[in-house]
Amino acid sequence: MSDFFSTLLDEFPQVRAGLWVTVEATVLGSLLALLLSFLLGLMAGSRLLPVRGVSRVVVEFFRGTSLYIQLFWLYYAMPQLTGYELTPLVCGVVAFGLNYGAYGSEIVRGAINSVPRAQYEAAVALNMTPFHRMRKVIMPQAWVQMIPSFTNLLIQLLKATPLLWLISAADLMTAVEHVRSRTGETLVSYLLLLVAYFVLAYALTLLMNLLERTAKRRLGLHPGAGSLLKTRTAESAATAGGTR
Amino acid sequence: MATDSASLKEPAGSAPAPGTTGVEPLVRFDKVVKRYGDHVVLDELDFTVKRGEHVTLIGPSGSGKTTILRLLMTLEKVSDGVIWVDGSPLSHTRKPDGSLKPAGEKQLRESRKKIGMVFQQFNLFPNMKVLQNITEAPVNVLGMEREEAETRARELLDMVGLAGKVDAHPSQLSGGQQQRVAIARALAMRPEILLLDEVTSALDPELVAGVLELLGDIARNTNITMLCVTHEMNFARDVSEKVLMFDAGRVVESGTPEKIFTDPEHERTREFLNAVL
Repeated sequence: MSDFFSTLLDEFPQVRAGLWVTVEATVLGSLLALLLSFLLGLMAGSRLLPVRGVSRVVVEFFRGTSLYIQLFWLYYAMPQLTGYELTPLVCGVVAFGLNYGAYGSEIVRGAINSVPRAQYEAAVALNMTPFHRMRKVIMPQAWVQMIPSFTNLLIQLLKATPLLWLISAADLMTAVEHVRSRTGETLVSYLLLLVAYFVLAYALTLLMNLLERTAKRRLGLHPGAGSLLKTRTAESAATAGGTR
Repeated sequence: MATDSASLKEPAGSAPAPGTTGVEPLVRFDKVVKRYGDHVVLDELDFTVKRGEHVTLIGPSGSGKTTILRLLMTLEKVSDGVIWVDGSPLSHTRKPDGSLKPAGEKQLRESRKKIGMVFQQFNLFPNMKVLQNITEAPVNVLGMEREEAETRARELLDMVGLAGKVDAHPSQLSGGQQQRVAIARALAMRPEILLLDEVTSALDPELVAGVLELLGDIARNTNITMLCVTHEMNFARDVSEKVLMFDAGRVVESGTPEKIFTDPEHERTREFLNAVL
């Protein structure tokens, strides 16, 4: 055990760098996923069949092929095909972005569809352009619906990052795995990983909850909004208390 | 399809009001058909509304009254026939040979400039405070200066009796208050035609009177043409000059409120009024 901790201390710079790689892959991957979610999700609602078609095909492809295999493709197969090599981190970011972007687009599409049609009609009656309707009326309401699902996806993405180990990306998993193989302390090593990913996931949850509260506040659903919202106020206060 | 100018001047409405000869009505339905699959909602409907007129549409549910307003607001497309507003086709474009084809978004936006609508369920935007609900379209659609739009919005809120609610969220308002904001929002776009779709149906009974009173004021103090679908016969009597009785997608009878309510000619009208009054 003491052997483990002294090795861990020795390897601390690598472990810290690994943590940074994990965070980077998560943040950049989820930003790409977010971008693709909106792009593909909005395309899925287009009036033009070819636009909808492209979105459908891309979503089905990246949702239907394993993230493992996408990673291997990008890292091992693509260089053979194109002669162009991507760094492990870039491979991870692209694979996570495409894969989770495909799932995310369904969240965007669903949330847009969940905004009552009456809202769209009211915007038409005020003679807003289609873009204006989407930007100022539909999207702000759909956004609130998206956040909880995006939180789930974000945490899944974080938990998928240990796959980077498979393409030697020197992430947190890889660094701790190295310590484990040097010390043979399997139990403590994997316990450390469990805790580390849990803490990261929980931090993300807190951030997303904050985002959700802000978004809800914009819809007038904030605590202390008046007696009309008493139950909602109590509810959100309870959630806040539980997550603080 | 009647597109020559001669036919424009001769309203084809089933009930041309006296004294309209030679004056183009503001709204004219010309053999308008609306079908959903096999179900015919409007059946070659003809009727006209003069500028400044306040018309109430009554009739049993499913008689197509709301569909008429939705067609006028371009929320639905006609299956056949043409709607004319101020001499122009509402949802059709003239082709070079003079015939008509369904209009694109650009032309529809042109048509919508003249028309505003208030909905049964208010449909305020929950992501905007009361003031922004009213100023959003004037600023971003009409291109009005924000300051001017806000001044006007405050005036309108004052008029509808909600001057104190400028910074409230729609969710903090009662149904009656939300409907007043919705009315102010529609008026802020300075429509020539205001469509009112059962605007009191979703309100608690004690809130109905206030909204009706407000609409009565608007009818008296503005020259906005109003088309109202309502089950409030008092409103029809107090505010409108003309009542159209619909059944099965056609105008069964039309006339002044006094005439329709006291001496209806048609059996269907009598049955309907007996049921609701």
